Amino acid sequence: MTDLPLLSLVTFLPLVGAAFILFVRGDEAVVARNARNVALLTSLATFVLSLALWRGFNPATADFQFVEKVQWLPDWGINYHMGIDGISLFFVLLSTFLTPICILSTWGAVEKRVKEYMLAFLVLETFMIGMFCALDYVIFYIFFEAVLIPMFIIIGVWGGPRRVYAAFKFFLYTLFGSVLMLVALLAMLYVAGTTDIPTLMQTRFPYEMQLWLWLAMFASFAVKVPMWPVHTWLPDAHVEAPTAGSVILAGVLLKMGGYGFIRFSIPMLPEATEFFAPMVFTLSIIAVIYTSLVALVQDDMKKLIAYSSVAHMGFVTIGVFALNQQAIEGAIFQMLSHGVVSGALFLCVGVVYDRLHTREIARYGGLSNTMPKYATVFLFFTMASVGLPGTAGFVGEFMVLLGAFQTSTWVGLFAATGLILGATYALLLYRRICFGKLDKEDLKALLDMSPREIAMFVPLILVVLWMGIYPSSFLDPMHASVVHLIENYQSALAAANGGSVAAN
Amino acid sequence: MYVAAIFLPLLAAMIAGFFRHILGDRGAQLVTTGSVMASAAMSIMIFIEVGLNGQPQSIQLFKWISSGDLQVSWSVHVDTLTAVMLVVVTSVSSMVHLYSWGYMHHDKSVPRFMAYLSLFTFMMLMLVTADNLVQLFFGWEGVGLASYLLIGFWYEKPSANAAAIKAFVVNRVGDFGFALGIFGVYFLFGSVEFKDIFAAVPEYADATVTFFGIQAHALTIIGLLLFVGAMGKSAQLGLHTWLPDAMEGPTPVSALIHAATMVTAGVFMVSRMSPLYEYAPDALAVIAVVGATTAFFAATVGCTQNDIKRVIAYSTCSQLGYMFFAIGVHAYQAAVFHLMTHAFFKALLFLGAGSVIHAMSDEQDIRKMGGIWKHIPVTYAMMWVGSLALAGIPFFAGYYSKDMILEAAYASHSGPGMYAFVLGIAAAGMTAFYSWRLLIMTFHGKPRANEHVMGHIHESPPVMLVPLLVLAVGALFSGYVGYDLFVGEGREAFWGEAIKVLDATDSVAHAHHVPSWVKLLPLYMSVGGIALAYVLYLFAPGIPGVIARVFRPVYLFLLNKWYFDELYDRIFVRPAFVLGRHFWKGGDGALIDGVGPDGIAAATRDIARRVSRAQSGYLYHYTFAMILGVAVFVTWFLMSKAG
Repeated sequence: MTDLPLLSLVTFLPLVGAAFILFVRGDEAVVARNARNVALLTSLATFVLSLALWRGFNPATADFQFVEKVQWLPDWGINYHMGIDGISLFFVLLSTFLTPICILSTWGAVEKRVKEYMLAFLVLETFMIGMFCALDYVIFYIFFEAVLIPMFIIIGVWGGPRRVYAAFKFFLYTLFGSVLMLVALLAMLYVAGTTDIPTLMQTRFPYEMQLWLWLAMFASFAVKVPMWPVHTWLPDAHVEAPTAGSVILAGVLLKMGGYGFIRFSIPMLPEATEFFAPMVFTLSIIAVIYTSLVALVQDDMKKLIAYSSVAHMGFVTIGVFALNQQAIEGAIFQMLSHGVVSGALFLCVGVVYDRLHTREIARYGGLSNTMPKYATVFLFFTMASVGLPGTAGFVGEFMVLLGAFQTSTWVGLFAATGLILGATYALLLYRRICFGKLDKEDLKALLDMSPREIAMFVPLILVVLWMGIYPSSFLDPMHASVVHLIENYQSALAAANGGSVAAN
Repeated sequence: MYVAAIFLPLLAAMIAGFFRHILGDRGAQLVTTGSVMASAAMSIMIFIEVGLNGQPQSIQLFKWISSGDLQVSWSVHVDTLTAVMLVVVTSVSSMVHLYSWGYMHHDKSVPRFMAYLSLFTFMMLMLVTADNLVQLFFGWEGVGLASYLLIGFWYEKPSANAAAIKAFVVNRVGDFGFALGIFGVYFLFGSVEFKDIFAAVPEYADATVTFFGIQAHALTIIGLLLFVGAMGKSAQLGLHTWLPDAMEGPTPVSALIHAATMVTAGVFMVSRMSPLYEYAPDALAVIAVVGATTAFFAATVGCTQNDIKRVIAYSTCSQLGYMFFAIGVHAYQAAVFHLMTHAFFKALLFLGAGSVIHAMSDEQDIRKMGGIWKHIPVTYAMMWVGSLALAGIPFFAGYYSKDMILEAAYASHSGPGMYAFVLGIAAAGMTAFYSWRLLIMTFHGKPRANEHVMGHIHESPPVMLVPLLVLAVGALFSGYVGYDLFVGEGREAFWGEAIKVLDATDSVAHAHHVPSWVKLLPLYMSVGGIALAYVLYLFAPGIPGVIARVFRPVYLFLLNKWYFDELYDRIFVRPAFVLGRHFWKGGDGALIDGVGPDGIAAATRDIARRVSRAQSGYLYHYTFAMILGVAVFVTWFLMSKAG
């Protein structure tokens, strides 16, 4: 392994690019072009650098790797502590993979304040990566909250007509969760005397306290996932956000919640996790069925996909709390695949939105006639979203359901209804956009995808197929970490039960 | 060779799909048809090696999903059952590919069509060569995708789009059961590979599990869940509604997917799982009843339909019912035998119907046909061959397989077996009746089409007739040739390990010793059905109208397909949309947002407004507030002192 602080490099490289952009001067067109190029190059470089993490990653161990630790506030036990394991590795890659694609997607779409837009994205990337790498609760918290700022700005400045309402709703929800998480953070610091995540994982909190801590964290993570009933910010945020914002929102930001559950709730608060798991199942099942039905009746393309995201993330939370290897790996995999697939679906919406400036489904129809390439790409991602075997969507969904079924057949049964409902709304959407007669005048003039747009989708398609056909590349590095997580969870529970027996 | 036989069609599909602008129509046709034919040739060699010489092959390609105990690979597993399917799929598919040259030559997107057909073939081959349930599921969903694409091939037609979605979604309902079945298998056996499952089945013969709060015999529950999947794909009663609508697709598609191959995937899957089902007799009983009921139901509806393709579609549905009740009485071999013969004669009938439609300028309503047999003699002859085979007239393919099924049902001497036998016999009569109703109304009598259509009638080109002739050979001889191997003396050597039947329940063995009236009854029924059709539609064409009027409720009930579509629309489709709207507007809008973010925002604004009202600027307001405050404070102070 190298001595380079690789993780910090990956994390802060986008900031370097952002600094460059900050100093770009000249007339507006030149600034815009330079800013775009710098942003694209920086994000690509970050991606390439992050691939080195994957290459250097040792899948045999569950320990954190590429660890960096610098003292920061020693009196409080707070350090700058970074590291990744098999769980966070791919979230880092997901972030670095999606960012260049997002930046590429803004070419025709964003015309005003391009420089600031690019700045926001690069800063956002740093925060996202930092959050997934953080091994200190305080660092995590800082990144976790900091992500909101560029996102809030992206929606609020470059969003649609109701952007301010959406941005505030987004902020209100997430802030509510954050405050409670901060309380949990302080409480844990008080008990454990440190905010070091690996240490916290070894710390046993009293049962009563676990319950409260768990709820406080749940408030924050559940909003991010988002779980029913705190999901209503998502459709609005998606609808109003610019395309690239939606991609990052669906692709990475939603995963912060799921990641939080796996990194914090389960290992640190195992007894509370066991206690609350049925509640999570219930909420997730409601999310799967309820939001699928809601998606069925949407008139706005983005809203429909947003609701489908809630349903798909319902699978994730089920998988995480089913707590067996298949389910948790499935949940992680589902998050990755959803990140790529729903990101791609939002890009698909973006492609036609850039041409027609409407998201209303009824305004489309028959696009297969004039835009065959687009229709093919859209179909591909629709099928991936439906979970067709051979695509990424299947592997995650299948593993989650299989795992959930082992934990509770009821959960498996209800969650599997998502297979039916998911197919229904996705195919209905596709039909209304692409099939049918081309009888609307303004649609007849639409051009098929440009080479830039194709360049945007090709990597996504390849990744979706790769994940669907040979998922082992992604699953193998996870095994050790996930097994370790489950073993710790079970031994903690056993210890707790043993303790209570002794107390009686 | 094994791998090549399966992946050639995929390669062809990709070439035809991605390079359609370079290849053009003819190039795409050549690439796809050529590779599927090559695949067919290899399949025959595989059949000889595996089926006739008894050398099963299993090739692991690479790891697919691995997580803890869950290990799934991409594989090519060929035993006799697979080899039979390989031959059926690739031979019918290559004929359909060739036929499409002629049938689709007016179409503007020929390469896309050919690519879909080849993609379908690949998916079907993946399905039959799986050595584990998950790869089978891959092929299963993959053929569903191809079916969706091909039903909706003419995407400008709203009815085709609706049918495509219906097919996919109804199949998903089945897949829901199938997936749960797979989870159950994994739950019980800790593996999804066939060889592990089959090796472990006898140990679990009496195991019970608690699924969904019901404690029950494990294998029965798993068997039933898997069967739900089979019901979806093979259009069994309850989940059959998509099949007739699927006729919206081009006719070659109906022949390949919705008659010969994909719809038989359910039969294949249950036969594949025979070692498991042998220990789940209750599940088999259910299968027998569902199959027999479907056979009967679909035959009754088939008698009243007027669309040439829908008649054949209901006939397919009915014949699939036969296959399932054969499985239900432990006669898996008979089911697969019928699967094969049916593939040939039903593909023949569909392609023949396509030839008729082609000749009649895309007319599909048999009430607007008639008197055209002289104009298209080859098609006419081929339709006769197909119908004779379907009706089970001696020495045609269907005679051997269908009679075997009925005999096995009788020989099983069980309640469900007798139920299946009685309904199967009744359905046999109706099958012959609607087949000849179709033949007579289409080809005989006075021409009912307008002059314009009649003027254009022409026999199909050779590229369409050759496939008909080839399939006719199958419809003529496959029964006679296959009888001994599939269900006769040679069956044990032929099937080897591929299909397992416990000795006590081997109904195929008993079927050879049934009374002669059982053997002859289906034939009498068929002849009777044919005779009735002649009387009603050729000699006394007034009678059907009278019957329809006299028994109007019955007629309408049948014509409307037992009102399944209307029923499902009422209880599933519309409520789903209504619920969705309620959840959206009521749940998300009024309740969650109203109380949550919007509520808080509104409350904040409200409080702020009230507070701002208090800051009125009038001195006496402030003085009053101060005095009030002092009063409260003093009161509290005194009270607490006193306490």
